[in-house]
Amino acid sequence: MSDTLRFLLYLFVMAGVTYLIRVLPLLFVRKKIRSRFLRSLLYYSPYAVLSAMTFPAVFSVTEHPVSAILAVAAAIVLAFCKKKLVVVAACAVGVAILSETLFYFLA
Amino acid sequence: MKPKTSDPPHPSRAALFRAGLTDGVPIGLGYLAVSFGFGIAAKAAGLSILEAVLISVFNVTSAGQLAAVPIIAAAGSFAELALAQLVINMRYFLMSISLSQKYDSTVRTGDRLLIGFAVTDEIYAVETAKPGSLSRPYLYGVTVAPLAGWWLGTLLGALAGALLPAFLISALSLALYAMFIAIVTPDAKENRKVALCAGLAILISCAFAYIPALSRVDRGFVIILAAIVCGSLCAWLFPIPDEEDGQDKGGREEVTADE
Repeated sequence: MSDTLRFLLYLFVMAGVTYLIRVLPLLFVRKKIRSRFLRSLLYYSPYAVLSAMTFPAVFSVTEHPVSAILAVAAAIVLAFCKKKLVVVAACAVGVAILSETLFYFLA
Repeated sequence: MKPKTSDPPHPSRAALFRAGLTDGVPIGLGYLAVSFGFGIAAKAAGLSILEAVLISVFNVTSAGQLAAVPIIAAAGSFAELALAQLVINMRYFLMSISLSQKYDSTVRTGDRLLIGFAVTDEIYAVETAKPGSLSRPYLYGVTVAPLAGWWLGTLLGALAGALLPAFLISALSLALYAMFIAIVTPDAKENRKVALCAGLAILISCAFAYIPALSRVDRGFVIILAAIVCGSLCAWLFPIPDEEDGQDKGGREEVTADE
């Protein structure tokens, strides 16, 4: 199999799986969900997903873990003050860049 | 109080589209930064610029794409790739169920086929936060900036990947996680139950990362597990109030065809 064909198959597989996951409920679940439990589950689970995806993975993103810790602290403080998504992301990256640069030149 | 059947005056379609467009801009800017990180990661793993961009064009999923890069780079099996996407992206299934409840009667099957392409964590967050039901023009409007940001950022990241030093690249890839924090923190601050749900999920996630016997379990699976365990527990302990807002109850009948 050529590399190009192989890549296109990878692309087809991942895009297909992801698209079906997204679109099937939109097509087939159109009635209001009456179950209070299910509605509550749908309300809470995104918070669990995003939190579990972030921690502890975020601490191994940067070359030096301290940079990630500082950036996460900055993000939490700013998010706590209800700053916009972009502002939080930009500041966290800024902190990480500063910290990583310091470590780079100190090392 | 139950509203009468007469609908309130509707904003024009153009106005609804513009409202969506505006709500999508911060997401688009965030995605520009996040997908920049993806472009860099894909390039660093040996994918071409075109391949990185194609992946972003057809997937639009941060965690799924990041997980796919090492599998594709190592010429892993198609089954492994499919399973990874299924497990990591299963959360969209929950989000789509929830969003499907909010679409109003102007949203047709063809629209659902198109809009479904762009169900992401952040678009979901913005759309669920919107009071009342969601109209067709709004739903299209809100996807414009995020898609543009995601695609353009990937291209720029893949182009820049070769130019920037490694420590800068790693710092840039933090944007994604900062955005997740920015979504959860304000709600956790307002609502102790959300905070508990998030805290418990972090505990589970860390247990599977740091306890040796558990650390071999796939990360995508751990995320699903955390979602189901924490979500069910909170749903059982603190069910949300019935019919929390009557706003999307009045007026139109739900479209329930095709079932």
